[in-house]
Amino acid sequence: MRNPLTVLRRRWSNDETVRTDGGTSAAGSVLDRDVVRSAPFWLPPFLLIGLFIYGAIIWNIVLSLTDFQGLGSPDYTALDIENYVIAFFGGTPSWSELTVSPIWNSAWNTVVLMVSFSVVCLALGLVLAILVDQKIRFENTFRTIYLLPMSLSFVVTAKFWLYMYNVETGLVNILLGAVGVGPIEIVQNPDLKLAAVAFALIWQFSGYAMIVYLAGLRAIPTSHFEAARVDGASTIRMYWRVIIPQLRTATVSALVVLTVFSLKAFDFLFSMYGGYQPGPSADILATRMVREAYANGNWAYGSAIAVILFIMALAIVTPYIYSQYKRGEL
Amino acid sequence: MSHETATTTDERSLFGYTWQRLTLYTVLAAMTVFYLIPIETGLMTAITDPASYTGSYPYLPPLEPLIPGTGEFSLAPWQGALDGLGQGLVNSIILVVPATILSGLLGSMAAFGLTTISWRGQIGIYILFVAGIFIPYQAVLVPLTQFWYNVVPLQAAFQPLAALPLVETYHWKLVALIITHTAYGLPICTLLFRAHYKKLSDEMVEAAQLDGASVATIYRRIILPLSIPMFAVVFIYQFTQIWNDLLFALTIIQFGDAAVVTQDLVGIGVSQSGTNFPLRMAAALLAALPTLLVYIFFGDKFAKGVAA
Repeated sequence: MRNPLTVLRRRWSNDETVRTDGGTSAAGSVLDRDVVRSAPFWLPPFLLIGLFIYGAIIWNIVLSLTDFQGLGSPDYTALDIENYVIAFFGGTPSWSELTVSPIWNSAWNTVVLMVSFSVVCLALGLVLAILVDQKIRFENTFRTIYLLPMSLSFVVTAKFWLYMYNVETGLVNILLGAVGVGPIEIVQNPDLKLAAVAFALIWQFSGYAMIVYLAGLRAIPTSHFEAARVDGASTIRMYWRVIIPQLRTATVSALVVLTVFSLKAFDFLFSMYGGYQPGPSADILATRMVREAYANGNWAYGSAIAVILFIMALAIVTPYIYSQYKRGEL
Repeated sequence: MSHETATTTDERSLFGYTWQRLTLYTVLAAMTVFYLIPIETGLMTAITDPASYTGSYPYLPPLEPLIPGTGEFSLAPWQGALDGLGQGLVNSIILVVPATILSGLLGSMAAFGLTTISWRGQIGIYILFVAGIFIPYQAVLVPLTQFWYNVVPLQAAFQPLAALPLVETYHWKLVALIITHTAYGLPICTLLFRAHYKKLSDEMVEAAQLDGASVATIYRRIILPLSIPMFAVVFIYQFTQIWNDLLFALTIIQFGDAAVVTQDLVGIGVSQSGTNFPLRMAAALLAALPTLLVYIFFGDKFAKGVAA
């Protein structure tokens, strides 16, 4: 049995903990004991992610400093930053007789894909959310259909779009033919490849942006819509001036998730191009990394590219998690 | 307020459609076509006899004698897809079921230990969980391959087990993949459960503590029964994620008998004589069928999972 007073005190401090400072204030030995008593629940999962996520990330950083290549096992005695020098400037590394190209091409493609995909997804998602929010009939049906592609695997969507883009039988070329254009080679066309990939990914994930924006729109009090109406603002003006500025949180969280999705587009490219070779104009860091490691056996060099990719993801995610923490939303 | 309601009712009444409403519904219908047409085209092609397939009208059902050029109806592509993906489908099921349950259960336990029972510094631990959601898998691939192939003697451990019925030596790769997916599913599962547990009232937990209930009892008797709706959301989300993954399978299973369905799907329908589109579309739909069914029946829960 526990002293009711202690419990009350604990409850008081808990409330404070949750509401004001996110868990830094504490009160005495009772809380310290709770760490131990709750450990059977949070510690095993924590050890699992500690080993598999954080342990693996650190191991990967160490591996990127070795010369690990081909069969055999890595040599951890001679560590240097050669792989990063090669990644940025190219050249012939000590572990290879061939010249290795730097990552700039795939890094540029990564950024182009990331920006174009995220921005169009957000814009389309916002428009869809506003349309669906107009008290329409069959709202659930429309919403379900728009989100449907997101339940599919990257591998499956790549197969569908490979077919859609086909020169002879693809629907895209049939439509282009109907307006007197084409047929155009899309999938293997260096000028169109990346756009084709981005378009297919937008098809798959714009429904996600819509769902996030819809939740954001529903959280805005009706009075804001009404106030704007009373002021005589037109619908477009009302959304532009009053509603969209209030969707900042929704935009940021959707943007972060979509950006990370675009970093994961490896599965899509692998399936679309039937292997590790999407070609230089659609090569992104994610495909370059896996190709270097698993197709060429340049394990350490692949790890170095992975570290660069990881830092890019970190640069996007850290400010987001920090701001969530500051606002007490974690 | 009343003005707003009045216009709304007006606009929503059956005969009161303004041209704006008409445009709205036209756009919504056009977007419906946009999202469905790749799937619809795939389905129509998948039920076309490969021999009579011309590709002239990929979006029309195969009605050969009626509409020339659409091809003849046939389920042969589905038979071919089942032959090509059968083993992969079985392996995917062996992978997905335990990985989904484990990550969901451990995620719920972690969220309970980090939310319902509150202690100093737990937010720091929790941040490490959340950050795990956003890690690009590339950053851990080479170590994971090293770990499963060169550090853990899982393969050797499976040699004697293979004498048991239904166990094969290659299952060690699936076990490795189950553990990997469990670890990488934990962050999002913990986040979803924590959001749920934060909304539960403290009073029940406090009353139980007053009665001298242990932490384990509180979890089993109070929190677990209240988590059932969230388990549905988490299981659906994890099932979809793990079923759809290719990258971990490609780098941990690599090739061989343990290949999962996404791996088998990559190369299907291509041969020297060209691409067999009916077969490829049937295979794509077959591989997508489990997640599509889950989405069609539990779409609202899936939406809840992704929106979190």
